[in-house]
Amino acid sequence: MSEKKDIRILAYESSCDETSTAVIRNGREIESLIVATQIKSHQRFGGVVPEVASRHHIEVVSQITKEALNEANCGWKDIDAIAVTYGPGLVGALLIGVSAAKAASMATGIPLIGVDHIMGHIMAAQLKDEIEYPALALQVSGGHTEIVLLKDPVHFEIIGDTRDDAAGEAYDKIGRVLGVNYPAGKTIDAWAHEGKDTFNFPRAMMEDDDYDFSFSGLKSAFINTCHHADQIHEKLNKYDLAASFQAAVIDVLANKTIRAIKQYKPKTFIMGGGVAANHGLRDRMSAEIAKLPKADQPKVILPDIKLCGDNAAMIGAAAYNLYNDNQFADLTLNADPSLELPYAKSMLN
Amino acid sequence: MTKLEINSAEEMQKLGASLAKTAKPHDLLLLNGDLGAGKTTLTQGLGRTLGVHRPVKSPTFTIVREYREAKLPLFHMDFYRLENDDLSSIDLDGYLAEPGLVVIEWPQLVMTDLPDEYLQLTITRVDDSWDSTKRVVELNAHGERNEEWVKDALTEYEK
Repeated sequence: MSEKKDIRILAYESSCDETSTAVIRNGREIESLIVATQIKSHQRFGGVVPEVASRHHIEVVSQITKEALNEANCGWKDIDAIAVTYGPGLVGALLIGVSAAKAASMATGIPLIGVDHIMGHIMAAQLKDEIEYPALALQVSGGHTEIVLLKDPVHFEIIGDTRDDAAGEAYDKIGRVLGVNYPAGKTIDAWAHEGKDTFNFPRAMMEDDDYDFSFSGLKSAFINTCHHADQIHEKLNKYDLAASFQAAVIDVLANKTIRAIKQYKPKTFIMGGGVAANHGLRDRMSAEIAKLPKADQPKVILPDIKLCGDNAAMIGAAAYNLYNDNQFADLTLNADPSLELPYAKSMLN
Repeated sequence: MTKLEINSAEEMQKLGASLAKTAKPHDLLLLNGDLGAGKTTLTQGLGRTLGVHRPVKSPTFTIVREYREAKLPLFHMDFYRLENDDLSSIDLDGYLAEPGLVVIEWPQLVMTDLPDEYLQLTITRVDDSWDSTKRVVELNAHGERNEEWVKDALTEYEK
């Protein structure tokens, strides 16, 4: 009997700040991962500058393709599929990865797979441990705050979403008020551990009977508290501000996610996205799940911190599942900046 | 210029709905206002009325959110994160050429790249308490079509 052949996927990710390539074996093993970050050039601007982003991606993409293959000790003949993020994201940035992947696929004849960036973030967990289905994911990043039900490795459904701002976006916006560089999450997380929740910011929609979120009111409460203090020349403790903000975010995320776990009884719980690197959130979710009755506790997979941000390894992991499901793209694949996972029926009104 | 007093998030959504009901293809709506003023809230009312069934969320991160399934395709943009005036990777002209409705939050940085005719709304807070939902909305129409739009929308709003 012959051994099952290894499947190697070369993956591209260029949806926003990072240009990244990776070679992933069997959806689980990282043989190489190259991330060319450009956060430094964005910090000067307080955010992503699409034109700067695109230009940067173009410069590095062919170079990091070679690096990924070299580091994985393989050539094109060893690659079974070429995967690429085709949305959501900044269209100019996405197009770099999509064009590079399409060109490589056309030149080599290797099949092409288009990957939803969010499916990729969730599949960062697969690089750490085996996911048992059904699974439930809390996907929290600069652009997304979603509770996603994974029926199997390729069928995902959003059961809860933010009604306005994403959690990561709220971090970046209040960070700007505190003079913290973009992206602000890591600093606010660190400050939060030095302070206390003294401001009692609102926990919007926490008791509502759904899995939706709202962070716009919290953002306003925070900003007005700071502005008011400025007006009366009062100096607020930045550590307590950070702790109070973070406590409000985490309370709502944890509360709703635990309720979803109780209802859907997933076999695995996953966190994904940039905010999944937040220590406060990781600790709280683990603690809350440990409080559930043993029989109701899903296996918890928190991706490695370095794989929470945008990277091509997670795209290669998700692409492996699509490969097994025969979901290939052709050369008409285009960037879709507004791509979204499907919503559960309960979410549409 | 017309001023309107808004007392709640519901009224802000109703204003959005009124603008949606009276909007025509190629209309351009600019939304000014501080963080938390209610720009996205207004756009939510607008989207709902245009027949968008999924959540209309802040476009800050992706810069553009497209709702092509709407009765009038809705392109919701947010230039908060853009700090220079180079829009080449957004293809704003492409969106403006489509027979839809373009809504732009934080348009300050792109004013020179915009057509001469648009409707500009400026939302300001009336008091300082964070949970106050009182707002004043200034409607500034540029061009005949937009004057008509304001008139129709306000008639709709008063219904």
